[in-house]
Amino acid sequence: MTGNVMTSPVGEMSGTRQTAVPRMRRRRVMNAGDRIFLAIIRSAALVPVLLIILFVGILIAGSMPSLRAFGLRFLFNSEWQPNAEIGEDYGALPFIYGTLFSSVMALLLAAPVGIGVAVFLNEVFTSRLRGAIAFLIEILATIPSIVFGVWAFFVLVPFVRDGIQAHVQAIFGTGFVLFRGPPLGIGLLAGTLVLAVMILPMIVSISLEAIRMVPSSYREAALGLGATRWEMIRLAVLPPARSGLIGACILALGRALGETMAVTMVIGNKNVIRWSLFEPASTISSVVASNFGEAGGDNALMLPSLTELALILFAMTLIVNLVARFLIRRFAGDKAVIA
Amino acid sequence: MVKRFVQVMCASLALVGGWASADVTLNGAGASFPAPMYNKFIEEYTRIKPEVKINYKSVGSGAGIKAISEGTVDFGASDSPMKDEQIKAASGGYIVHIPTVMGGVVPIYNIEGVNKPLNFTGPVLADIFLGKITKWNDPKIAQANAGVTLPDTAITVVHRSDGSGTTAIFTDYLSKVSPEWKAGVGKGSSVKWPADSSIGAPQNDGVANTVQQTKGAIGYVELIYAMSNNISFGAMQNKAGKFVSASMESVSAAAGSLQDIPDDLRISITDAEGDGAYPISGLTWILAYQNQKDAAKGQTLVEFLNWVTTDGQTLAAGQHYAPLPKGLLPKVQAQIKSIKVSQ
Repeated sequence: MTGNVMTSPVGEMSGTRQTAVPRMRRRRVMNAGDRIFLAIIRSAALVPVLLIILFVGILIAGSMPSLRAFGLRFLFNSEWQPNAEIGEDYGALPFIYGTLFSSVMALLLAAPVGIGVAVFLNEVFTSRLRGAIAFLIEILATIPSIVFGVWAFFVLVPFVRDGIQAHVQAIFGTGFVLFRGPPLGIGLLAGTLVLAVMILPMIVSISLEAIRMVPSSYREAALGLGATRWEMIRLAVLPPARSGLIGACILALGRALGETMAVTMVIGNKNVIRWSLFEPASTISSVVASNFGEAGGDNALMLPSLTELALILFAMTLIVNLVARFLIRRFAGDKAVIA
Repeated sequence: MVKRFVQVMCASLALVGGWASADVTLNGAGASFPAPMYNKFIEEYTRIKPEVKINYKSVGSGAGIKAISEGTVDFGASDSPMKDEQIKAASGGYIVHIPTVMGGVVPIYNIEGVNKPLNFTGPVLADIFLGKITKWNDPKIAQANAGVTLPDTAITVVHRSDGSGTTAIFTDYLSKVSPEWKAGVGKGSSVKWPADSSIGAPQNDGVANTVQQTKGAIGYVELIYAMSNNISFGAMQNKAGKFVSASMESVSAAAGSLQDIPDDLRISITDAEGDGAYPISGLTWILAYQNQKDAAKGQTLVEFLNWVTTDGQTLAAGQHYAPLPKGLLPKVQAQIKSIKVSQ
């Protein structure tokens, strides 16, 4: 869509696709101001493309020493030894695990709630307060992450420790691997929960837009055929909004993958893979952000390794976006109201 | 190319504005540990000398070393001295190290029912952070704390998750008192923490809050942080065998009692000798090129450094930093004097 808008003036200018008549007309219309404007927006369109190329180029150049030293092993190595005297050794696996585990879990928790809230606000809750609530949710989306971090540290962590972990471990014991761990409250679950809270408003506000775009005639048709309100939502509202809902989830996942401060305050920052909700873990963005400043020194491979982690995070978000496009095309197809 | 361009731009801007001859701006970047102190220095110094403008960016020691090596700042700052290879690799020639103030690192802990300051010996502290001592009622801890009833609580080690000069001083000390730490973990602004029960927290306040919130936790923070937030901390046994609580006097004493101080002042003062010396102490340095290419800037920097290491020292205590001991001053001034300003 956008691609066509961008490229069509170029095609018309060079006259490859257009007949003579519109070209004549165009020439008459194209005065100096138009030409300058066209040049400006054309170079503006180039900026993001150049930025991405530069960005990836710098990341690859910066991580070259680490790519050469560790190769593919970097992806599967769990070591993080920043000591040149003992022998530097870096690996990304625990960070990839921590990032994926916390982000995907957060999405699984937040998506049903977020879409539920959106459906409720648009389909069920008809009070005039609706606008106010939607506005408040958007405000929630603008709260800086450090505020969430402080809240998570002082409220969520004790709650996870005394309110969740204590009970879960009392019921299941500490034998089951998913529930093992010291009674700290700090760990993967706390990181996951704070991420879920942070991405919730985003899911709500985008889902709400998507659901709002579904024509009322769909709802009326469903109700006219004798559908209950639940059937109407299930059959006439959610399917046409599906691509928008998927988009909301993907954007939210993107935010969760890149979130740094709030997570680093509660996740424990330990590069281990222990497959437990109550054990500490570490994420890519937090390890990069917190170690970048001091990464120089005599550790020749530390900065390149951190850069390679950034490259991996970039690749992960790219894959998430590609998967999202695939999903939207696959499931929404031509039936989509919102492209 | 870009740097050249910026230089030309700045020069032409300066010519147009006509303020180049009157005012001098120094840009510095580096260690975050002394940043509050440097900001205070700058505030006071620019009050005395309004024609001077100094900017300091707190970006971390590693980034400070990088910035001065690449010549993107007029002075760098670091909590650990540069290595020989690093100085050789710097773009503008030899770099001198000027100590400015001192700090200490203190162990903090959260043990139910224990309010008295605990005593730690170096090897015991190392064993706790190695994960070899896992309970508070371990006889090794009890040995140095007669009369204190320690509970059967599991120890959770809390360390800095971000690279930090505090960690560098702390691990430098542990490397000196524990061969096992030296061989297995080593020293650095970030290390591979061996204890099974360890967790990382960002910044001093992250460590302090995590310790306060977690029963049985032990961590380490800067002395200035503990003092300005009224956090109680343990005493350390020094090389002379005395248990010393960290204070500005005991930290200064650590540098004062040193015998063979190298002329270039790149020294570690952890585990220092002397009865009153606090063993987990460290210097922090300003890094500057010995050959100053810009005469005005070089002259200003030398004057600023002279002031910081003499009159400026009286400001240290107010900011909870330990001043440089008097005995160190001749060598510091010799280093400042060695800075050559081209005319």
